[in-house]
Amino acid sequence: MSASADAAHGHHYTTTGLDNRKIAIWAFIGSECMLFASLISTYLIYKGKSLVGPFPHTPWTDPSSGKVFPAILNIPVTSASTFVLLMSSLAMVLALSAVENRGKPLPPGAGAWDKALTSSKLWLWMTCLLGAGFLAFQAYEFTSFVHEGLTIRRNLFGSSFFTLTGFHGAHVTAGVIWLGSLLAIDYKRGLQPSDALAVDLAALYWHFVDVVWIAIFTLLYLIPG
Amino acid sequence: MSQDNAHAEHYHPTWKEYKWVALILFLITVVEVWVYYIPELVASKAFVPGLLIMSAVKFAIVVMYYMHLKYDHKLFRSLFVGPLLVAILTLLGLLFLFSKIAIRLSGGG
Amino acid sequence: MATVAASPTYTASATPQRSRLMSWLTTTDHKVIGTLYLHTSLFFFVLGGLEALLIRWQLMRPNSVVLTADQYNQLFTMHGTTMVFLAIMPLSAAFFNYLIPLQIGARDVAFPRLNAFSYWIFLLGGVFITLPIFFWVAPDGGWFGYAPLSGRTYSPGPNMDFWVLGLQILGISSLAASFNFATTIINMRAPGMNLMRMPMFTWMSFVTQFLIILSFPVITIALVFLQFDRFFGTTFYQISAGADPLLWQHLFWIFGHPEVYILILPAFGLVSEVLPTNSRKPLFGYPVMAYSGILIGFLGFGVWAHHMFAVGMGPIADTVFGLTTMLIAIPTGVKIFNWIFTMWGGSIRFTAAMKFAIALIAMFVIGGISGITHASPPSDLQQTDTYYIVAHFHYVLFGGAILGIFAGIYHYFPKMYGRTMNETLGTWHFWLNFIAMNLTFFPMHFAGMLGMPRRIYTYDAGQGWELFNMMSTMGAFLLAPATLIFIYNFFRSKKHGEPCGPNPWDAPTLEWSIPSPPPEYNFAKIPMVTSRYPLWDLTHPERTAEIPHTQTGWTEATQQTGEHDMAPMHIETETRTAKELGIPMPSSTIKPFFVALGIVLMFSGLLFLPKGMKVPAFALMFGGTAMWVGYLYAWLTTPLEDHH
Ligand code: HEM
Ligand SMILES: [Cu+2]
Repeated sequence: MSASADAAHGHHYTTTGLDNRKIAIWAFIGSECMLFASLISTYLIYKGKSLVGPFPHTPWTDPSSGKVFPAILNIPVTSASTFVLLMSSLAMVLALSAVENRGKPLPPGAGAWDKALTSSKLWLWMTCLLGAGFLAFQAYEFTSFVHEGLTIRRNLFGSSFFTLTGFHGAHVTAGVIWLGSLLAIDYKRGLQPSDALAVDLAALYWHFVDVVWIAIFTLLYLIPG
Repeated sequence: MSQDNAHAEHYHPTWKEYKWVALILFLITVVEVWVYYIPELVASKAFVPGLLIMSAVKFAIVVMYYMHLKYDHKLFRSLFVGPLLVAILTLLGLLFLFSKIAIRLSGGG
Repeated sequence: MATVAASPTYTASATPQRSRLMSWLTTTDHKVIGTLYLHTSLFFFVLGGLEALLIRWQLMRPNSVVLTADQYNQLFTMHGTTMVFLAIMPLSAAFFNYLIPLQIGARDVAFPRLNAFSYWIFLLGGVFITLPIFFWVAPDGGWFGYAPLSGRTYSPGPNMDFWVLGLQILGISSLAASFNFATTIINMRAPGMNLMRMPMFTWMSFVTQFLIILSFPVITIALVFLQFDRFFGTTFYQISAGADPLLWQHLFWIFGHPEVYILILPAFGLVSEVLPTNSRKPLFGYPVMAYSGILIGFLGFGVWAHHMFAVGMGPIADTVFGLTTMLIAIPTGVKIFNWIFTMWGGSIRFTAAMKFAIALIAMFVIGGISGITHASPPSDLQQTDTYYIVAHFHYVLFGGAILGIFAGIYHYFPKMYGRTMNETLGTWHFWLNFIAMNLTFFPMHFAGMLGMPRRIYTYDAGQGWELFNMMSTMGAFLLAPATLIFIYNFFRSKKHGEPCGPNPWDAPTLEWSIPSPPPEYNFAKIPMVTSRYPLWDLTHPERTAEIPHTQTGWTEATQQTGEHDMAPMHIETETRTAKELGIPMPSSTIKPFFVALGIVLMFSGLLFLPKGMKVPAFALMFGGTAMWVGYLYAWLTTPLEDHH
């Protein structure tokens, strides 16, 4: 089945039988591991090295003004945004499986939920919205930090924190745009099982951005110091 | 390679598996945040390793199930695990080089 | 037949100048892109060479005033940056482009348009980083750009802005190309071409792609920090804010050491093609050659701090990095011996390419040994930051990478242009070049041992350095005519060289089974491979008798596409058009060019920020972003091939 589908798309012989794009996206993800490792290393190296506050986990009193800056990280908010991003990954796998199974008959006695599971539009929307929700949390976090006196120029913590989480946020943004484009295609002509690979590529990227956040959440937010 | 078409008909997990994965992710996250608020736990020696293990488990199950590395072609596994190892080793190397241990041993101090 | 071979189908109709330019701007053919890379990087090689001549002129005598200190800084920075990023890397990329698809029996790379994009962004990035030298506002912080020196505090002018942004742009080119070639090698090999049958150049390129994939993100981040520090006032490299002055050095060398292998491995690959062909013997110890390449690549990530022994990292770090550095010399030495054993007992033909390849072995041994002398921290403390180091890296880079690339050019020129280069001129080029490079770089060992520091613009008389500096400068000025001979030979031979058939050197690998120059589709039928040396199987079976021959992968391949498109190994002399043969070709497109241009414009906008010129800054940044996003979108929504 897929051989003929490939031929129809003008695809050529490949050594492994796999699609070039999927190999490339995994190579890209490998590269991204080094990118985020560099960012995270820098954050950790500079942990506790800032000369002035605010600090992530401990309060700081400004010696010149006597003003007290509380520990700046907001764990409840970030826990919520972490949860949102994790759930977006669930929505993403459901979107992919809806595309893969498009056109297959539902089993007898399928309920409303089974029906919902076949809607790629629904799950792509969910993924995008949850991704956008994560970004909204991040925007809130960033602005409240700035109000509390932590800017990207303030200290080593500010520089490395905003750069690392900002890079991650930029990746999420790119992912939302990517998924939004797939959604547009879905509305235009409906995503078919032959598009599963295209959706899979976006999904792999999306989940990768999610696992990076899993690491960031623990290393930046939860481990004190 | 015995199948006669280009794309291996590999096993695809569905909602049944996915929901469990999501549940585990959720529960681990809850535990992570919960322990963060227990001062005795935070003070304990097992706190940081415990958190690292929990997040490693989350990392691994997302990669294995959601990124279906567990079911996919072996090639993808090496394309990911190789760079990941280099990245982790580099990170550890850097942390060591900037750590107090490395620096205290220098200059005869 | 020779005339058929000399007139490729895709340039058959005499094209007027303007549409020639358009055909370059829109090409997606890996061979055209390869030759574009070749010409561009040769241009930058000459430019970098001219910069070096000025440097040597200034250093010829003590206390000379040819250049000011400031000009000197710009020249040595641009010389290093140009040679590394604009000459050697893209010269290697020229061969990746031209050879990888041909060597593995493919019709193009995995992503032809991404390939065009990589070239255009390299060209534009190269222009971006090069232009300022003509106005003496060029980068002046060394090719290693040590922060905090390269930060705004100590480098307030626009000089280092060009460097930070330029390298960022060039990094995009290398990364895009690396994903492309890694995928190509993994997934586009002809049936039967399993990993242990890949030509050694493809093997070394394969390792190189992973080095790029893993090391370039690190320099990207180091540059992002520097960029943010310079433009947005962050504190990554601000010592006054508590920053660690070693952060840049570590990040830079985590990239920098793999980078030196990125520079050398493709050249190793090229001589691994030239030596067996001209020794008329299979490569000695093929699997060991492949594995040692992988090992070099892997270990290459664990030695970076040998560039930093002098900063006081502590005994553990010094010991570990000293040991890993010595360890990496082992697989490198293995390669040297394998090349020698390849020639051993062979019937050697001393073509120009062969001379360069043999010289590479000798010169690289010198550079490798001096490398080992500074693998040991106590010994390195005597050598670091002296001309001894300059001698080391020129022996490995000029004596290694450049000689290997020259070998590759002489060897593969006939494949690219259907004519051979003039061997007499080649021999002249070789000997002049060989003598001149040793005259230039060997005395640097002595100057360095006598304590002459690197990166100084002048020195006092009476320290025993005069003679060595004079010799180096003489050598450098001798390198100029050597290079001129080469350039002349190169361009003359394109038109007037001896026409040749598909396989002028009687070489064993797939790229020689098709006409020279190859038709746009490369292989009329995808060759089905049974061994490591498919052409020698046909012409000299006795040479390959001991190598296993199997048809692994054939069945899967025919099942995928049907047999009509593939054929067992044969020599193709006829060229027809892709259309006649019904081979779908990627259509040409200008979009990758505009994506590249948009990205470069976007980065250029930042240049205006420190001057407070917000309007041009934001106009360029937003305009550039809109341009590349728009063209990228158009690119992604257009299918690769016209046909349906
Ligand atoms: C046998 C293998 C090699 C060993 C053991 C070795 C060792 C070293 C060491 C220890 C240094 C640092 C010296 C110092 O700054 O004090 C160094 C510098 C350098 N090496 Fe090598 N090297 C080897 C091969 C290569 C190769 C193959 C290349 C490039 C093709 C290369 C290019 C360089 C460059 C460019 C520098 C100077 C970087 C700078 O400071 O600007 N080396 N090498
Ligand atoms: Cu090195």
